[in-house]
Amino acid sequence: MNTQVVSASSKAYVRQVPAEVLPPPGSLIGPLAWVRDNLFSSPANILLTVVAAFVAYISIPSFLNFLIFDAVWTGADREACIAKNGVVPGACWAFVRERLNFFIYGFYPVDQRWRVDLFFVLGAIGVAWMLWLKAPRRDIGMIYFLVVLPVASYYILGGANWLGLQPVDTARWGGLMVTLVVAGVGIVASLPLGILLALGRRSKLPVIKFFSVLFIEFVRGVPLITVLFMANTMLPLFLPDNITVDKLLRALVGIGLFASAYMAEVVRAGLQALPKGQYEGAMAMGLGYWQMMRLIILPQALKVTIPNIVNTYIGLFKDTSLLLIVGIFDFLKAIETARIDPQWAAPTTSTTGYAFAAIIYFLFCYGMASYARAMERRLSVADKR
Amino acid sequence: MSSVDAPKLGGTGGDEKPHVAFWNDPEKRGYLFQALLFVVVGYLVYAAATNAIDNLTKQKIATGFDFWNNTAGFDIGQRLIPYETTSSYGRAFWVGLVNTLLVAGIGIIFATMLGFIIGVARLSKNFLVNKLAALYVEVIRNTPLLLQLLFWYNAVLKALPEVRDSVAMPGGFFLNNRGLFMPEPVFGANFSWVTWTLAAGLMAYFAYGRWARKKQERTGQQSPVLLVGLGLVILLPLLAFFGAGQPLSFNIPDLGRFNIRGGVQIYPEFVALLMGLVIYTAAFIAEVVRAGIQAVSKGQTEAAYALGLRPGPTLDLVVIPQAMRVIIPPLTSQYLNLTKNSSLAVAVGYPDLVQVFMGTVLNQTGQAVEVIAITMAVYLTISLFTSLVMNWYNSRKALVER
Repeated sequence: MNTQVVSASSKAYVRQVPAEVLPPPGSLIGPLAWVRDNLFSSPANILLTVVAAFVAYISIPSFLNFLIFDAVWTGADREACIAKNGVVPGACWAFVRERLNFFIYGFYPVDQRWRVDLFFVLGAIGVAWMLWLKAPRRDIGMIYFLVVLPVASYYILGGANWLGLQPVDTARWGGLMVTLVVAGVGIVASLPLGILLALGRRSKLPVIKFFSVLFIEFVRGVPLITVLFMANTMLPLFLPDNITVDKLLRALVGIGLFASAYMAEVVRAGLQALPKGQYEGAMAMGLGYWQMMRLIILPQALKVTIPNIVNTYIGLFKDTSLLLIVGIFDFLKAIETARIDPQWAAPTTSTTGYAFAAIIYFLFCYGMASYARAMERRLSVADKR
Repeated sequence: MSSVDAPKLGGTGGDEKPHVAFWNDPEKRGYLFQALLFVVVGYLVYAAATNAIDNLTKQKIATGFDFWNNTAGFDIGQRLIPYETTSSYGRAFWVGLVNTLLVAGIGIIFATMLGFIIGVARLSKNFLVNKLAALYVEVIRNTPLLLQLLFWYNAVLKALPEVRDSVAMPGGFFLNNRGLFMPEPVFGANFSWVTWTLAAGLMAYFAYGRWARKKQERTGQQSPVLLVGLGLVILLPLLAFFGAGQPLSFNIPDLGRFNIRGGVQIYPEFVALLMGLVIYTAAFIAEVVRAGIQAVSKGQTEAAYALGLRPGPTLDLVVIPQAMRVIIPPLTSQYLNLTKNSSLAVAVGYPDLVQVFMGTVLNQTGQAVEVIAITMAVYLTISLFTSLVMNWYNSRKALVER
């Protein structure tokens, strides 16, 4: 065999460079092949495609027609949105446009609404500072978000005479502003409380562990409504009768405690994911418990749980809608109040109101979810190294 | 609070414990912290209790559980156990609890079916199916359940026609804004024959299934389990039904001008709550199922194909049994979430435990502490019980693993 090769190379032509790669046949690339691979690869798949196309054909155009093409965009009252010549128009966006300020501010005094806008701007700055990983001085951002912003918001929204801001009772707060305040307080309060509870649950001291487990399992075992009812009706009973607690504050306490129990379990999962060597290494360095947690354990544990923490925040944000059941005037309650107003009584008013609420909630939640996903990708890239 | 052992100062010393001030000794400090926490929590509980007693006496609200037997005096729309306006608060509690369990039970079944379908569709290679499922999951998961419930109840079901313009459907069904009216089955004298035959048929079917599986394990021969099962479970009771002289008639609802008489009424509150819970929870279950199936490594599928199994049996025999182990723990917590979320019934007026007991009974008696404690205890019991059952099932599934 060897001799043959040698003799062949001496006489015949042998290609020195590899042949050029031919493009794949036309039946394997291009849009047609994609369609065949993804939609019509087998009889069952063809059937699925037909069914799915039918479902899409039924639902998507009618959605778009209702929300955009047949919608009423301008008008002063119900006349714009009632049926004309027996044809009911689509979404009554005129209603949302007219009531937009009510949805955002509730009954907040009109001449004071700039304060709410200021709160939104300050909040947006804080959120951007925290979320943008390359932002300068994120340590100051942390202090701003966790300390400065809550205190400033309290005075800006509630008012204080020594600042020259007219006091506004929380009973007049309403709409999206209340939803954001409650969600913000829940977000700011639940993380530190949740971390403490998670550490307590993993503590070696039996009494601390017992109380943490009791609290976490109790809160996670009951629905949020019962917690809110409890905060609403039982909290005043438990306090001396010369102390009255604001209704909004009661709900905040309920939501904050509820969210922190869920947060505790998320943080605990992160703590458990850390290899034991990290604890042992920290101890070998002679660090005390709190130093070890602050410098070694928590930075790593929280980093891997960021996606889950954000998911808990999404749940918290959606849960703020339950406030309407205990009589807090949140965003959903503003929609509920406006949609039954006789001035806008039209067949599509309710659906339009709910569609608008859904879009707003979706934007917030989907934004958070996308951030969580991006973080997850970033973290998995770091792990792959 | 420290879990670090007492540091040995000085280093060279032998067994002798170094002398440390007690606030620097982690063990003693631990005791101190625990005692401190115990005292603080104890004081809070004590203060809350004394304040509560103080406030209750001032407001002249009775304490204790005596209200349980008092006359309720209000009506409940949907009830599965007998209840009158003159019944006791205790009876109202049971009506509410049964309604909660009803909606949670049915909701869990439907949510599981829908969730598995969407979860598998989410993994489909078919572009359209995949994207539609993804759209569903994203939209449903990112809007609050309460909003969806209000939408189904106020915008969809309340927008149905009035009673006199009811949508009549074939078979004596009527749909209007008071709910769905269906023919009510009236069982004749000999109907128990059918029930007993069905029970016997089911038992025979399970016995045959066991026998068939043993036989297949022994000899490799398959038996027509499905065909025999159909005969035992459907054909046999049907024969008994005709043999007994068709002892079943229907009380068909009668459409009047303002009301519908007869038949079974399914309340719109129930339907709205059920739809909301099923659609919402299914989106979460779909994600659980997707994660579970993706957790089974691709080599398992490829090995099954290499053995000559077709895609269907591969999914049934190889992928799903392994995926179930990953799926079950989060699935349990979704079931619990659904049960807890059924308390949102209060927003659409479905008479569940929270609406009846924590709403009406609490308002009438004013005994907040007792009523809220009972309600929370019920949900805690349900949660703990479900966790126990699922842990048992989970451990059984896990045992299969080597």
